[in-house]
Amino acid sequence: MNTDENDFLIDSGKLSAAALAKKHRLEHDPSCRRDPMEYFPEMEQIDSDVRERVITAMDDYDESRYTAVDVRRALDHEHCSIEDFKALLSTAAAPFLEEMAQRARSETSRHFGNTVYLFTPLYIANYCENYCVYCGFNCYNDIDRLQLTPEGIAHEMKVIADSGMEEILILTGESRTKSDVEYIGTACKLARKYFKNVGLEVYPMNTDDYRYLHECGADYVTVFQETYDLKKYETLHLLGHKRVWPYRFEAQERALRAGMRGVGFSALLGLSDYHKDALATALHVYYLQRRYPQAEFSLSCPRLRPIINNEKINPRDVSERVLCQILCAYRIFLPYVGITVSSRETAKFRNGIARICATKISAGVSTGIGDHEEKYTGQETGETGDAQFEIADTRSIANMYGDMASEGLQPVLNDYLYV
Amino acid sequence: MAQKNEDSLVIGGHEFTSRFILGSGKYSLELIKAAVEDAGAQMVTVAVRRANTKEHENILDYIPSGVTLLPNTSGARTADEAVRIARLARELGCGDFVKIEIMRDTKYLLPDNAETIKATEQLAKEGFIVMPYMYPDLNVARDLASAGAAAVMPLAAPIGSNKGLVTKEFIQILIDEIDLPIIVDAGIGSPAQACEAMQMGAAAVMANTALATAGNLPLMASAFRDAIAAGRKAYRAGLGRVLRRGAEASDPLTGFLHD
Repeated sequence: MNTDENDFLIDSGKLSAAALAKKHRLEHDPSCRRDPMEYFPEMEQIDSDVRERVITAMDDYDESRYTAVDVRRALDHEHCSIEDFKALLSTAAAPFLEEMAQRARSETSRHFGNTVYLFTPLYIANYCENYCVYCGFNCYNDIDRLQLTPEGIAHEMKVIADSGMEEILILTGESRTKSDVEYIGTACKLARKYFKNVGLEVYPMNTDDYRYLHECGADYVTVFQETYDLKKYETLHLLGHKRVWPYRFEAQERALRAGMRGVGFSALLGLSDYHKDALATALHVYYLQRRYPQAEFSLSCPRLRPIINNEKINPRDVSERVLCQILCAYRIFLPYVGITVSSRETAKFRNGIARICATKISAGVSTGIGDHEEKYTGQETGETGDAQFEIADTRSIANMYGDMASEGLQPVLNDYLYV
Repeated sequence: MAQKNEDSLVIGGHEFTSRFILGSGKYSLELIKAAVEDAGAQMVTVAVRRANTKEHENILDYIPSGVTLLPNTSGARTADEAVRIARLARELGCGDFVKIEIMRDTKYLLPDNAETIKATEQLAKEGFIVMPYMYPDLNVARDLASAGAAAVMPLAAPIGSNKGLVTKEFIQILIDEIDLPIIVDAGIGSPAQACEAMQMGAAAVMANTALATAGNLPLMASAFRDAIAAGRKAYRAGLGRVLRRGAEASDPLTGFLHD
């Protein structure tokens, strides 16, 4: 198992001496970085105890204390408690993986039958003002930047809609200057014309902004916390709004207060201790569900992937077996939540996990900007922007539909109404 | 319309000989036809939000003709949303039946009785044949009847749980007190449980997960059909006396009374 730390730091030859000096200072001198707990003045602060509950539980969690006896007890319980969940996430649960998968499958089928939803992400801009050392979009990385115009967005959407897709997830890099709320709202309005279901994965924003985007047609908001380990987070997100860890944590709650139907969560597995991050992610859902029982919740499970200019980035100790264990534990603890598995994972893994616990799978994926027509039809369309990370599963929508059906699953393109 | 049957189920003026309502949302589309046929079902529920799709593989295309569609309002969190979804069902050509489902809890999917009464009243006014899914509460059932419901659909147990008649005593009260068909919905996990509901006097049983999670779906559909028919016959026949545990006193307690 690979336990070596990733080497994230890459210098582009195109940076000025001053920029390079600032980058190195940020990387090596913690005293020049902003306090990650300090909100920017324009950032809304809400009154909520969810963060404290999640982080207290995470800090108390020592996975090495759990034994096979605890795992056995957890699997024998009809309802999985938080303690049971901690046992299922522990190293002691590894030998029980097949039994966990059987249990997870039965929970999935009770709640979702054999259905699996298909969607596709659409990146409309890759400008970013953050320096997150592991991300291909980070502001110091030398990549081709692009922001689609409304016409460009409509064109991409048409190409995707023509392939049969009915659910779209709109993504941007995190630049409020380049991709302001109004721009994202324009994209949502366009998306409502082409798709039944519109989700967002953009920078965290205030309740009023989310309310506006909900009016524009978006109903789901996904924000990845990346890691719930504040000390680690601080060393990875060195610059920009994303550095403010609590504002990010509270994004889903603001979105729900703004009337969004559903919210998505994730840690980026491989950044820190996955036991703790998986626990915190699930508890983030668990405690918010108690406050917002009408909302729909979903979990993702991205692992670190190589990026442009850094091929060596990898998910360290989060092997496919570990990922499967985490996902089974999620399903057993939170049987009612959606679980999304992205194209970061291979076709073989996604086929297998869809039979156990995944309820949503992306297809026809590009994490670049403006290249759907080329990818879907082979037709060159001119200027494109570089991708956020390398994908591992390049299947088209038609192929994914067929492959899911041959796994005995019923692919579903829409089960949603904007009301 | 079928020939008048002495034991038909009548909902909103429509007559059904089958007392098994089939769900359609949790299994493969190509199994729907076999399930309907083997279940002998004449009414199938469809989520409007699922039918709200483009041309490719619309679930409505898989439901055999001649079956009555019972579109449901799943996804509605308020009466207002349920009303809008029901209207869309009509626009989509799903007919006048509607099953109201209003949930403000995505974890247990328990129905919101108060909002359900409001939606029932509005949709009945608009001419829908309204079949509300509800938590079995006598006062609510009476309000639903007054609001114009065509049937009342109490849950037996949490949806998808396959736990059977957890709310049995309360469903019995509805059967005894409400002059509308009482259709047991949600939680029925086996043919034996469906049979028991029918023996109690339920007008019909609805199932989805119990079939979707079965090893052989069409065979389980057929087992439910038989169990529901058997339970209905037993109800009509009048159940025989079942002795309580322990013998009764051989000397009658009232033997001292002489006229």
